[in-house]
Amino acid sequence: MHGFANPARFLRMARWLMPLMLIPGLVLAFGALAWGLFMVPPDRLMGQTVRILFIHVPSAWLGMAGWSTIAIASLTELVWRHPLAGIAARAAAVPGAAFTAICLATGSIWARPTWGTWWVWDGRLTSFLILLFLYFGYIALAGAAQRDAAAGEGASRVTAIFGLVGAVNIPIINRSVVWWNSLHQPPSITAGKSSIDAAFLYPLLIAALGFTLIFGGLVLARMRMLLADIQTEARLRRKAMA
Amino acid sequence: MHERLDQWQFVMAALAIGVIGTLVLVGWTLWAMKRAEARRDASRNSGQRGT
Repeated sequence: MHGFANPARFLRMARWLMPLMLIPGLVLAFGALAWGLFMVPPDRLMGQTVRILFIHVPSAWLGMAGWSTIAIASLTELVWRHPLAGIAARAAAVPGAAFTAICLATGSIWARPTWGTWWVWDGRLTSFLILLFLYFGYIALAGAAQRDAAAGEGASRVTAIFGLVGAVNIPIINRSVVWWNSLHQPPSITAGKSSIDAAFLYPLLIAALGFTLIFGGLVLARMRMLLADIQTEARLRRKAMA
Repeated sequence: MHERLDQWQFVMAALAIGVIGTLVLVGWTLWAMKRAEARRDASRNSGQRGT
């Protein structure tokens, strides 16, 4: 793992890996959305609105995967002091927040024709909204830590601890539809099992793969951006002191 | 009383948010990355000129 701790080596790898994730990701994700829009039959209960599944579920998965990335990278930063772990955590925050917002917006649009309301304060929706607020808090904290160079490692550690503590919300989101009564349906895909018909399952899995590749490409691009910012800052500081 | 809703309007609205949101996110991220790398290269070049 520490083989990639060298920023120069990481940048060499990110330069070819980023387009390799972004381009196939965009093709797969938008191809699966077109498949879902034009080729999938309407559902017996949800009618045409079932097509929202192909954007809503991948964005929900990435909202949670984004914070899981932050938590794992924060743990790696705190325990093993991996120099790129903190940058990886910060890089995952904005894409994670964006997909969480897309999930909430598409879910609300889906709720109106199927539940008869835009929003209910149940366990699943409320815990997902809390996830969005956690992202906002994390992004603000990480930005403040970066700006306040004098705070140095201490501020970075506070951000990492926040990323780790916020992970408590992930199992709550996952189990919320089991623990509490909800208009939201229970999990349709669990380890090795699916209650979704193959006509919906295959485009859904391809959409999930495509959006995951996009997410990976975005994290790599943001890591390149953050590393470039750090290098510029360091150079300007050296010049000011000379 | 039953409310008759056109389901396609909801489908298109949700897909538009997903697709436009993703494209804006990708475009903005790539632009911010290129700008940060250009700034780093400019600071490196000005540093070399100064020495």
